[in-house]
Amino acid sequence: MATLKAIRKRITSIRNTQQITKAMKMVSAAKLRRSQEAVMQARPYAEKVAALLRNLSARVSKEAHPLLTEREEKRVDLWLLTADRGLCGGYNANLIRAAETFLRTHRGQKEIHLAVVGRKGVDYFRRRRVELAARYLNAWGRPMGEFAVEIAEKMIGRFIRGETDAAYILYSRFRSALSQVPTLEKLLPVAGAGAETEKITIEYLFEPDVKTLLANLLPKVVEVAVYRSLLEAVASEHGARMTAMDSATTNAADMISRLTLQMNRARQASITKELMEIVSTAEALK
Amino acid sequence: MAEKITLRLVTPSRLLLDEEVDEVTAPGALGQFGVLPRHITFLTLLEPGEMSYKQGDRRYRLAITGGYAEVLDDVMTVLADAAEYADEIDVERARGAKERAEKRMAELGPEHENFPAAEASLRRAQARLEVASQRDHR
Repeated sequence: MATLKAIRKRITSIRNTQQITKAMKMVSAAKLRRSQEAVMQARPYAEKVAALLRNLSARVSKEAHPLLTEREEKRVDLWLLTADRGLCGGYNANLIRAAETFLRTHRGQKEIHLAVVGRKGVDYFRRRRVELAARYLNAWGRPMGEFAVEIAEKMIGRFIRGETDAAYILYSRFRSALSQVPTLEKLLPVAGAGAETEKITIEYLFEPDVKTLLANLLPKVVEVAVYRSLLEAVASEHGARMTAMDSATTNAADMISRLTLQMNRARQASITKELMEIVSTAEALK
Repeated sequence: MAEKITLRLVTPSRLLLDEEVDEVTAPGALGQFGVLPRHITFLTLLEPGEMSYKQGDRRYRLAITGGYAEVLDDVMTVLADAAEYADEIDVERARGAKERAEKRMAELGPEHENFPAAEASLRRAQARLEVASQRDHR
């Protein structure tokens, strides 16, 4: 049986941990609110760019621009967005598992190059001696717009130079603080060209012309998609951490109440023992 | 004036403006153009430069750094890479960016593959400075 002193020490230590998890939870909650707002505010632009792309690409064929042209997927890039830090429940593990699944399904048929954002993912694949085409550490604190442009440029460069035939991005989509879903999206080649579904009903006056507009818009489409994925990933990370820290705080509270009960029992036992000793000593002295 | 156009100005990070205005001018790929109510359906590339719109008696001026503009049924949507009102512009920063870009262009020479990128950032800085300078003597 643990001594009274040992239990007291244990309770103090758990209480300290609880204070830390509680603080982390509150910090994550504040950051989550801000990152959720960023996701919402980025939406109108993304929607408008998508509408513009539908409008323009319906007027051209798949061969009109290299970024639209589909090639046989022999070589594929997978961009994986993980966090730099842990203590966020299964967030990183879920993403890495999804990446492993992707690798397994295509192994043997395609050559896959991995590009990883975030220390957790980079460390994981380094331990397994997987070569990475690109890695980004401590990048989540950078201005997101700038970072998105950098990734998009790298992605497009590899595709244009023929180093890859397609680019996928795997990130965590933010559904709620409780639910973040690893999501796979194909960013290159840009889908939607030559689609007959969109009827061309409105006659536009284009300046300078459809081709130039499209050539300008396509890299932007990729940038926007990367930007949105980054924002969703940030919101997901904060959501996951908030939830993880919330349950850690609750667990600590449970442990404290269990140990307090144990401590009271131990104290009671020692009082009873002392009383008995006094009584029996008094008896013996008679 | 009864007729108005709805101007929506969107940047990647937020919806900057969604209001009824009387008149808009913007820097198109083929030169500055103006939009009044009942404009033709129109889609254009935007260059870095000054965009302005009139609402009643007031004219508002912004620097934009390129993007797209669409006019459809008296709704004008401007997708700008970045947009700032004249009094929001950080002149110091723009001046610094201009100097950096000029230096880079001089170093690289017009044949270098990064030359167009440096030139583009020079033009963005110039657009900001231009719009900002006019706010001072008004």
